[in-house]
Amino acid sequence: MSGRKRTLEAISFELVMTVIAVIALLIIIAPSLVVLIVSFTSGFSLRFPPPGYSLRWYVELWNAWQLHFAAKNSLIVALWATGLSVVLGVAAALAISRSRTLSARLLDSLFMSPLVLPALAFGLAALMLFSLVGLPVSPLTLVIGHTVVCVPYVVRNTVAALAQLEPTLLESSAVLGASRLYTFRRIVLPLIRPGIIAGAFIAFMSSFDNVPVSLFLRDAATDMLPIRMWQDLEGKLDVTIAALSGVLIIATIALVAVMERVTGLSRRLTN
Amino acid sequence: MGAAPAARDVTSYGMGLAAPLALFFLVFFVAPLLQLFWLSLHNDTAGLHWGLGQYLHFLTDPFSLGVLGSTLLLGAEVTAVCLVLGFPIAWLYQRVGPKLQTVIILIVLLPLLTSVVVRTFAWIVILGRQGIINATLQSLGLIDTPLKLLYTQFGVVIALAQVQMPLMTLPLITALGRIDPNLDDASCSLGAGSWRTFFRIVLPLSLPGVIAGCTLTYAASITAFITQSLIGGGQMLFMPMYLYQQASTLQNWPFAAAISIIFLLAVLAVVSVFTTLGRMSRGYGGA
Repeated sequence: MSGRKRTLEAISFELVMTVIAVIALLIIIAPSLVVLIVSFTSGFSLRFPPPGYSLRWYVELWNAWQLHFAAKNSLIVALWATGLSVVLGVAAALAISRSRTLSARLLDSLFMSPLVLPALAFGLAALMLFSLVGLPVSPLTLVIGHTVVCVPYVVRNTVAALAQLEPTLLESSAVLGASRLYTFRRIVLPLIRPGIIAGAFIAFMSSFDNVPVSLFLRDAATDMLPIRMWQDLEGKLDVTIAALSGVLIIATIALVAVMERVTGLSRRLTN
Repeated sequence: MGAAPAARDVTSYGMGLAAPLALFFLVFFVAPLLQLFWLSLHNDTAGLHWGLGQYLHFLTDPFSLGVLGSTLLLGAEVTAVCLVLGFPIAWLYQRVGPKLQTVIILIVLLPLLTSVVVRTFAWIVILGRQGIINATLQSLGLIDTPLKLLYTQFGVVIALAQVQMPLMTLPLITALGRIDPNLDDASCSLGAGSWRTFFRIVLPLSLPGVIAGCTLTYAASITAFITQSLIGGGQMLFMPMYLYQQASTLQNWPFAAAISIIFLLAVLAVVSVFTTLGRMSRGYGGA
């Protein structure tokens, strides 16, 4: 009797949990699907479901030179910020990952703090400092600001990769007469490379999508894609933005698929 | 860096390698924040007269306090929704095979990497006057005129919850994966039901993950400028937009600096409360 009662009770629990989980997963995935579908509308509004389907807004997007210009700027800044983040971040990760000293832990917290501090406050602060020292806003100030908010992803992923490295490998290499640099190049780097790539990928995506820092640190001539999109959406609901969103969603899915192959991204972010 | 000390230990690298990034952060992260703090302690825009005027203004102004209060409340609401929806996802993840696990992770991960503007835009399409919800309700004959969903607190909370859900779910998946499955079986075989086992065993043991998820979700949702402004519209003002208006439109930098510092302190206070709870919960979990 008690066995039967427990089964019913277990079923009710599993049912509730599964139903909520499925609803939650649907809530996560639905908005992207809706945008993808709406972007193929033949009408002029964002009505769902669309009255008919066509590629007209993608054709429109092809001619939207303002968006192309903004996308190019965002891409260039993201590439520079990612490059700088990898160089500075990987070196810092090597230094702090195996050290248990207080200074290493303090540096770790410092390097991670841009992740929780409001980026808008940092953007304003950086603008104030740059104007105080007489450095005008430019693509350079954008790259600097983006690097500050992107480097934590590289540091975190590289530290995680280094933590899984067997110290005995390094010792064996040294015992066999390899120099530190040789060991780094032939043993350490190949083993932590997927971690570095995963960190660089997340850093790139977050730079490409950054609004709060760009708002303060860009000059009038440097339009950035997410800001352009945001301002377009504040003004009028343009269906071209839906087509652009469609392109960005597809590109993200493709990049994540590649990254999953190269770095096992999903395991990395849950360990 | 050539100055690497302790050449004996081949498994670690010198702290000198952290110097470039440390220097970079000192100049471009710490110095700006100090300068921000310095300016917030001035009563005039030119930064000539020292004083706590900006802070007094904020703390005695019902409007400003209202903005701070509604921002902190928004964070709490979004975090609660994310926890209630995210925990079952993490639970389901532990129950399914490796193939489905990858599918779940990718579903959770994709929005994290998709542009925030795109994700917010999607909610405009869903919540708008001609959006899915209104269209469905109207075609079912449940409502005559479209409901106002966009530019409401409800709209902001649901959109932000979706945008920030990965930040809650990923730490929960990690935490649940670390719980010994035998505990679950032991609890059940000792006669505790599934619900009781969940609330008395699984939930307490996953507290570190819950706290990590809540910290990230809370910090991200109160600073989520784009989603707040696009879904909230002009009537709803939260701290990031308030800061931006004061700095950019009104050029009132000292007051904007004071808003930033108050906002920073509020975020830090919340994060440190969560971190303290996290430390206590690790002790509780017994590791």
